Amino acid sequence: MGLTLQVDEAQIERARALAREITGQVQAFIDRHTTVSIERAVLRLFGVEGAGPDGVPLPNLVVEQIQDGGGLEKGSAYWLCSAMLRHGLSPQEVAEAVAAERLEVTAETPQDEGAIRELGIRLAAESLARIRKNRDYREGLVRQWGEPPFPWLYVIVATGNIYEDVIQAQVAARQGADVIAVIRSTAQSLLDYVPEGPTTEGFAGTFATQANFRIMRKALDEVSQELGRYVRLTNYASGLCMPEIAVLGALERLDMMLSDSMYGILFRDINMQRTFIDQHFARAVQAAAGIIINTGEDNYLTTADAFEAAHTVLASQFINQQFAHRSGMPDELIGLGHAFEMDPALEDGFLYAMADALLSRACFPQCPLKYMPPTRHMTGDIFQGYLMNGLFNLISVATEQQIHLLGMLTEAVHTPFLHDRYLAIQNARYVFRNARHFAEAFQVKPGGRLERRAAEVLAKTVALLEQIWQMGLMEAIAEGVFAGVRRSPTGGKGLDGVAVRGPDYFNPFLDLLAPVPGQLPAQGGAPSPGGAGDGG
Amino acid sequence: MADNRIKPYGDTTGDGAVQLSFTLPLPSGGLAREAARRLCEQMGLEHAQVVHMQDMGGGYTFLVVYARVKEGVDLTGIQVPEAAVPAWTREEIETLAAQRLGRPIVVVGACTGSDAHTVGLDAILNMKGYRGDPGLERYQCFTVYNMGSQVPNEELVARARKVGADAVLVSQVVTQKDVHLRNLTQLVDLLEAEGLRERLILVVGGPRISHELAVELGFDAGFGPGTLPSAVAAFLLQRMLERAEKERPGCV
Repeated sequence: MGLTLQVDEAQIERARALAREITGQVQAFIDRHTTVSIERAVLRLFGVEGAGPDGVPLPNLVVEQIQDGGGLEKGSAYWLCSAMLRHGLSPQEVAEAVAAERLEVTAETPQDEGAIRELGIRLAAESLARIRKNRDYREGLVRQWGEPPFPWLYVIVATGNIYEDVIQAQVAARQGADVIAVIRSTAQSLLDYVPEGPTTEGFAGTFATQANFRIMRKALDEVSQELGRYVRLTNYASGLCMPEIAVLGALERLDMMLSDSMYGILFRDINMQRTFIDQHFARAVQAAAGIIINTGEDNYLTTADAFEAAHTVLASQFINQQFAHRSGMPDELIGLGHAFEMDPALEDGFLYAMADALLSRACFPQCPLKYMPPTRHMTGDIFQGYLMNGLFNLISVATEQQIHLLGMLTEAVHTPFLHDRYLAIQNARYVFRNARHFAEAFQVKPGGRLERRAAEVLAKTVALLEQIWQMGLMEAIAEGVFAGVRRSPTGGKGLDGVAVRGPDYFNPFLDLLAPVPGQLPAQGGAPSPGGAGDGG
Repeated sequence: MADNRIKPYGDTTGDGAVQLSFTLPLPSGGLAREAARRLCEQMGLEHAQVVHMQDMGGGYTFLVVYARVKEGVDLTGIQVPEAAVPAWTREEIETLAAQRLGRPIVVVGACTGSDAHTVGLDAILNMKGYRGDPGLERYQCFTVYNMGSQVPNEELVARARKVGADAVLVSQVVTQKDVHLRNLTQLVDLLEAEGLRERLILVVGGPRISHELAVELGFDAGFGPGTLPSAVAAFLLQRMLERAEKERPGCV
């Protein structure tokens, strides 16, 4: 039994109901559309990989051909399966024939509709079985070794060179890290393709490629065996290729992925229609793979003030949760983000940060919350920064957060040195060890500062959600309700990759994965993170 | 002579005490300790004491070392270029601008290239500002276009031309592999090629930016960490007033 806040349950339920309505409005739009990235993701799920002439990935070449031929409204699975039936080729062979300009899939008379659908469903089932196998493998290891206690220590590597990342990741794991995230090269979110092969050059991060995923997962498997505990791998499914990167994560057994329904819109100026459509499919794949998603609400507080804007974080968490449900994702896989960003100059800032963390805990009891360290108020004063990270660590263990991204004392100075990460792990382990049962030993004072703060944030959250519900989510974002960033429904990057689904649109994965409306996952109905004992 | 030679201060004048921490690719032990000590000697330090040594695994050791510098630094002849910024308050800036300029100063700001970090740019431009000092958007005398992150130099230049910018503010946070230097140089080249450079006040800011570096790259000013929006505002207004002075027809 942990620290509990007395908050108005009716308000929480009101917020959740509003978020359900808000996302429902958008879902109707999502269900009428597809994107080039979703169609490429389907091809990748069918096993298409590698690049054609000039290094352009095969999924891009095939989808471009379909788009040029006016066939996107039927879906890439439709044309791929038709070409397979006509020519007796595998998905990879079809893609290679397209790349060699020997085949134009939309120029041929489509094969029998029933046969296309039968083939597509069979291929999709095989693909999902492969993903299921990855999931079973992970769950088997977790059963064998057990889970580390919460909060899990989550550290970042970001050298730009995957082989250098491997060294740092293995060292971090030996020092006690439970989760390793490989930060992406800073401009990757704006690429409308996924680069190929192992990469050794990147800016403030390493490119997310299938080969890099595989290299890092293998390195962490080695170190997991050595340590006798399963070390998780994280990457970033945001940007224009969100669905494709989600697929690569599922295929290469990533365990967590950054996956937010609005982050790309707000912080990367990716078109909102594109993002909403993309996130739905990406999360359906992640749900099937048992990947814990991490949402990006912490980013709101890098531009807005944590004291004043806490309700935008909470409102966004409600929205992210409902979108994820609409992709068939259970709460146990929805890692909602928030952050310790109170101004150090603020009196009682620690108490307010604690109240906010407890409030998220109270609103999402089944979700593994992801708590992010201070960044906005980190300067070059590494000593002050180290202490701030200590307070952040204390709140995390005291309020029972699950996924704990370690704060670096050199935040705002450089990408972490080997010993920055070491010191961060030492700091967190010290605080967690010394305050392990903090939550059992204390009670939140009824009607005290924490509860008053939580009540105020919750009330503002409900008011904001009411406002968003009345305006519609797209219009609300256009008005700048989140992070003070305004984005128009037709602005940003990637709108040209959005297409209306035709009446006979075919995406066998959606048929197999997307929840039937009215049967959204109930809370508590799925395995715990890491999923021991799911079986099915 | 000795008066001008400055040494770090630990607990006694002239003791030259410094603290260092670093990692050596060696397992923890006598060899790592001695290697650290000799490294310090090579750095011009003496009395190096390894006060903490921790094996981090994988053949790496973290060390904390205290030592003393042998030589102080001679201050004579050192010059530190800094952007000359008048110490004007926001109210003074507003009044001066209204009286002597009589029109708003049009500012376009962006984090250029692949840089996605808008913290610095927002601190200077956003209404809210930084450490209680309001951003340029709060001023009557500035019209602000904040283009946000990951803006290609070409788009920035196009926008500056379109809105008739007086000043362009660039923020660069990511400096890995010197990507910012290439990026900033390209912007200057682009503005010169378009014939816009002379018409604009060009400013860059970021945690690794110094005024000296900025001027070297062809900017009018560079602002480092901790810069308040009012300092940038004062700098821009001062340059605008200088320009207005020069351009005034038939001056006495």
